[in-house]
Amino acid sequence: MLKFERVSKRYHETGEVLTDISFQLKAGEIAFLTGHSGAGKSTLLKLIGVMERCSQGDIWLDGENLCQAKQRQLPFIRRKMGFIYQDYKLLQDRTIFDNVALPLIIAGFSYQEVLRKVRAALEKVSLTGKEKKYPYALSGGEQQRVGIARAIVNRPPIIIADEPTGNLDPDLALEIMNLFVSFQQLGVTVLIATHDISLIDKMNHRVLKLSQGRLVSG
Amino acid sequence: MKRRRQTREINYVPPVKQEIRQTKRAGGDFIDKLLAYRDAHVFALFFSLGRLLRSPFNTLMTLAVLTVAIAIAAGFQLLVINLQPLSGSLETSAQLSVFLKNHISDADAKKLAETIRQNPDVSDVTVIGKDQALADFKSYSGFGDAIEALGTNPLPVVITVLPADNIKKQAQLEPLQHALQQLDSVDAVQVDTLWVERLQSIIALIEKSLGTVNALLAVAALFIAGNTIRQELHSRRQEVIIAKLIGATNGFIQRPFLYAGLWLGFVSGVLAWFVVTVLMLLLWHSIESVLRLYGGSFHLLFFSVADTLKLIGLSTTLGVLASWAVLQYQLRYAVPE
Ligand SMILES: Nc1ncnc2c1ncn2[C@@H]1O[C@H](COP(=O)(O)OP(=O)(O)O)[C@@H](O)[C@H]1O
Ligand SMILES: [Mg+2]
Repeated sequence: MLKFERVSKRYHETGEVLTDISFQLKAGEIAFLTGHSGAGKSTLLKLIGVMERCSQGDIWLDGENLCQAKQRQLPFIRRKMGFIYQDYKLLQDRTIFDNVALPLIIAGFSYQEVLRKVRAALEKVSLTGKEKKYPYALSGGEQQRVGIARAIVNRPPIIIADEPTGNLDPDLALEIMNLFVSFQQLGVTVLIATHDISLIDKMNHRVLKLSQGRLVSG
Repeated sequence: MKRRRQTREINYVPPVKQEIRQTKRAGGDFIDKLLAYRDAHVFALFFSLGRLLRSPFNTLMTLAVLTVAIAIAAGFQLLVINLQPLSGSLETSAQLSVFLKNHISDADAKKLAETIRQNPDVSDVTVIGKDQALADFKSYSGFGDAIEALGTNPLPVVITVLPADNIKKQAQLEPLQHALQQLDSVDAVQVDTLWVERLQSIIALIEKSLGTVNALLAVAALFIAGNTIRQELHSRRQEVIIAKLIGATNGFIQRPFLYAGLWLGFVSGVLAWFVVTVLMLLLWHSIESVLRLYGGSFHLLFFSVADTLKLIGLSTTLGVLASWAVLQYQLRYAVPE
């Protein structure tokens, strides 16, 4: 599903942030990406979303080389992944429904289908009935569930989350993590970056550990 | 607590695979894609309108300035449309003023006028007798009192001669002028074409500058509309970035902004049409009465249906173009990659 082959990332300002990263995620696998703050977790995920470009090496997603992807292919590559962010990245002036519907509208679904799929996604994250609310009217945990609903609404084969529980208290964090596990059990590949070691220990799944830009275990 | 447990339970209900199959079938066929495409455009059309209405002051200011620019261009165009037939008919409206010698009486002038009328190059003659000339002079010049002080009427009889329809150019008028000059009772013959020529050259100048003025106004309109779109893009920067992260193409991101440009152009085009038409209606009477002085058969031309469509079409195109230009430039800086 996802394969890193000797990937390095260098920034002009900060030098080499990722060095010689190689690993593979099979379809339907779940893994946590950990490491201290500044280890390069976000950078690694950005390479997958092609928000940053690799300096060296190849990243394969479903047989497609992301490091060589052309600019105009990026929208279509990104539609195959569901990204989840620590700060949710919701549109504050749009309703929950509109936020979750955005990937579908972008992908060109008819209104009927948008309606059906958004309802299904909101049901999956237990937000049924909140369609008409605005993000600021929801708690942090609920906002993150909206972010998750938006990531899964178009049923991407891979879900990528960058510190999805960073702003949540431990109870809510565990709940969100369990949500991800449930997606994995339905056959979705999941990669979650987090520095919350205690949480990962509870979950007992594969862990990829980054230290100073190198993969030290996993 | 209760809801949380519920959450987990719902999550483990596995209807998803079944749903995936349904989805593929439903989303697969061409008609559905077409409908989705139409939905997306209709959505963008009204969404962009909603955005514009949400900042009414800004939008109104932009529309006002755009409307003024477009109305000036349209009014100018209309002026030329009205002047063109006018300049054509002016060519034939040259006339000769035949000043008779001072001792010639009104009665003699009438006889002379009848003989002049026999000339095949003449279509009509009018005799302005001494008394009428004096009355006209008094009412038009304001020197009435000075004339009165003279005691006698110093004005000669004037016969105005309208040349035949086939005489159009100054050169063709010359033989007629010459023939009239030879007559005994004639003091002087004056050809009143100079003002026609002046007017025609002014009209020509206006027609020539039309292109330049309209081009300048179009550029101004582009900048006004473009600036509004730029502001709109700026205030929605976060949204643009998020949409890109979710896999929006540039086309998708540009769509609502292009529609915003379309709305601005369309509405200001319609407003400009109304402004010019209302102004024309207000000025109608005075303009027509002035025009009637010069021969009577002039009608003020308003926008035709074709002109109206052209005006609104052009202003709409301008709005879209402005938006497009701004997007090409600005979207490069709103990239997550
Ligand atoms: N856009 C950037 N330009 C330059 N340096 C960057 C950029 N983004 C991240 N870095 C650097 O890369 C390193 C890793 O950052 P990051 O991937 O965010 O770490 P983590 O997510 O593990 O905390 C940091 O030292 C950071 O300063
Ligand atoms: Mg990070």
